[in-house]
Amino acid sequence: MGKVACVNHEPLPNYLKGDAIMFPETLRLEIGIYVDQFVKWLMHNFGGFFEAVSAGVLWFILKMETFMLWLPWWVILLFIFLISWRVKELKSAVIYTALITLIGMFGLWDSMIQTVAIVLSSVVISLVLGIPTGILMAYDKRFNEIMRLLLDGMQTMPSFVYLIPAMMLFGMGKVPAVFATIIYAIPPIVRLTDLGIRNVPKEMVEAAHSFGSSNWQTLTKVQLPQALPTIMTGINQTTMMALAMVVVASMIGAKGLGYDVLQAIMRIDIAKGFEAGISIVFLAIIIDRLSQSVGERFKFPE
Amino acid sequence: MSTAVKVKVENLTKVFGRTPRSILPQLKNGVSKEKILQETGHTVGVNDVSFEVLEGEIFVIMGLSGSGKSTLIRCLNLLNKPTQGKIWFNNEDIVQYDHHKLREYRQNRVAMVFQHFGLFTHKTVLDNVAYGLEIKGLPLSERVKNARTTLESVGLQGWEDKYPKELSGGMQQRVGLARALATNPDILLMDEPFSALDPLIKREMQQELLDIQSHLKKTIIFITHDINEAFKLGDRVAIMKDGVIEQMGTPDEILAAPKNDYIKNFVRDIDRSRILQAKNIMFKPSALVSVKDGLKVAIKEMEQIGISSIFVLDHERRLLGLITIDDAIQALKKNIALKEILIQDYFTTTPETYMQELIPLATETKYPIAVVDEQKKLLGIILRVTVLSNLV
Repeated sequence: MGKVACVNHEPLPNYLKGDAIMFPETLRLEIGIYVDQFVKWLMHNFGGFFEAVSAGVLWFILKMETFMLWLPWWVILLFIFLISWRVKELKSAVIYTALITLIGMFGLWDSMIQTVAIVLSSVVISLVLGIPTGILMAYDKRFNEIMRLLLDGMQTMPSFVYLIPAMMLFGMGKVPAVFATIIYAIPPIVRLTDLGIRNVPKEMVEAAHSFGSSNWQTLTKVQLPQALPTIMTGINQTTMMALAMVVVASMIGAKGLGYDVLQAIMRIDIAKGFEAGISIVFLAIIIDRLSQSVGERFKFPE
Repeated sequence: MSTAVKVKVENLTKVFGRTPRSILPQLKNGVSKEKILQETGHTVGVNDVSFEVLEGEIFVIMGLSGSGKSTLIRCLNLLNKPTQGKIWFNNEDIVQYDHHKLREYRQNRVAMVFQHFGLFTHKTVLDNVAYGLEIKGLPLSERVKNARTTLESVGLQGWEDKYPKELSGGMQQRVGLARALATNPDILLMDEPFSALDPLIKREMQQELLDIQSHLKKTIIFITHDINEAFKLGDRVAIMKDGVIEQMGTPDEILAAPKNDYIKNFVRDIDRSRILQAKNIMFKPSALVSVKDGLKVAIKEMEQIGISSIFVLDHERRLLGLITIDDAIQALKKNIALKEILIQDYFTTTPETYMQELIPLATETKYPIAVVDEQKKLLGIILRVTVLSNLV
């Protein structure tokens, strides 16, 4: 092994140093400039649109945040306890309530609420956009192919990349955070809605039509209820991805648990970093388990 | 049975592919299905099929997989839109129906039972049966009431609140049947409804369908790949191959004169004892005695055609009994009346009894089997030898 390392340290022979090995500088394509120009063009022509979207989303997040911060802390704890008890069991209810209490005891209550507000806003918007898109995909083959390409791209791209267009279009703060989170978190709900609907047995759809159902009746009375367990899995996945992205999105100024982690990293504050980090883990566990259990309730004998 | 034509299919063709209509000239020129598939990528499902279905009959379309039978039945409720041809129902060509009329036709006139049941697994049994009524727009109370009655008629009371997947295969298909019957359609389309069931349940369901049919008198179009099922259920049977009807007729007609080798091959597989009924193999007795004729006439009749026993009827042709030639001669000598020597240990049967059930009788008795109607009037007799020889 040592020998190999030795070889690597030898200088390149002269004949390898010219144009034959280095990428030619003359082929430099400055695509960034065009993207920059495109974004400027967008802002110039559709600035009003982006501002309106921004204002709408911000209003939504702020309302949610204000509402949850307005609620007394013990009401939230009680809510967590009751809902966990209902969809799971008493033991889970006790554990989850204890975990949330711990987050509060770390002094991260407000951060948690901010994070949850952004996650919930992102998830709600993702579902509103994602479920109809998934339905369209199940119906239209051409649209399906295009969307698949797009979704593949969205899922293979590192999550940080979404911060760039989000920032360019919406500046800094909560709105671009929600925007980036939606792009990152929407693929599962789109894909699973599409899958769920396409997996409804052909005979069942034929049966619905054979009784004279309209397309809308077939969709709402047969296809969507049949796809519901799959769609619930999609909602769970989307929620989990939104939570993961919210942490990343703190880099463009979204306050919350992610921001606390980021600050701790920058200050090399291990104590705070641990508290914020473990809080995110607690939150993730609770959201995952609760949404999964809710999903279970929509299952029917297969 | 009324003989009014309920559905009339004229020159129906169904081609699957990008431009189905462009294939029609080739089909007309007799280019084969395989060649069309290879050269144009179009699949010919049904090719120029015409037939009529009479009101109240069970019309069976029989064929192997790929023969186009499922494609054909789906044309009848336009789940498949025919490429060419007409389907007449109530003097209207349903192929021309617009969206609105088609839904109305499906809601009120026609219902379908599916091979794998096609039940909505997320709905309860009751909601499944009520589905057609829900789409029709009936109020909740009415559709629940209606669905309950229909479920009862297929023997599923008590299962209303279960989910389909909690039921056995046979019961699931009963739900499928109930769902189709609930809307009270004129035409019942059954796409291999019993193929997915095990043989015992299958036979039970076939019998039940016949029972239901005997009082509902629906017009049923029934698809199957099982020739025995086709001949058992069908008033008339159409045998399909490669999208074309090869032969059409009553089971008797097809059995008696299979049109070509393909049909002959099928018919060979038939268990005749399950198709043929007493009325198919009985014959009018050439000699009968009325009770008032007396012994002398009876003996003379038997001697004339060389038989050893004869059935005795009353003046309304009701069967009284049977006498043997030996007894008759003895009685004549001893001066005993005909009435006194009547034997009762022969078997009687109804005209609808399948030969299968006659076999054990035929092996046991030494007399002919008498075929009688409900008033005990003699319709015909079946010789033991007829039953046993038909098996070979």
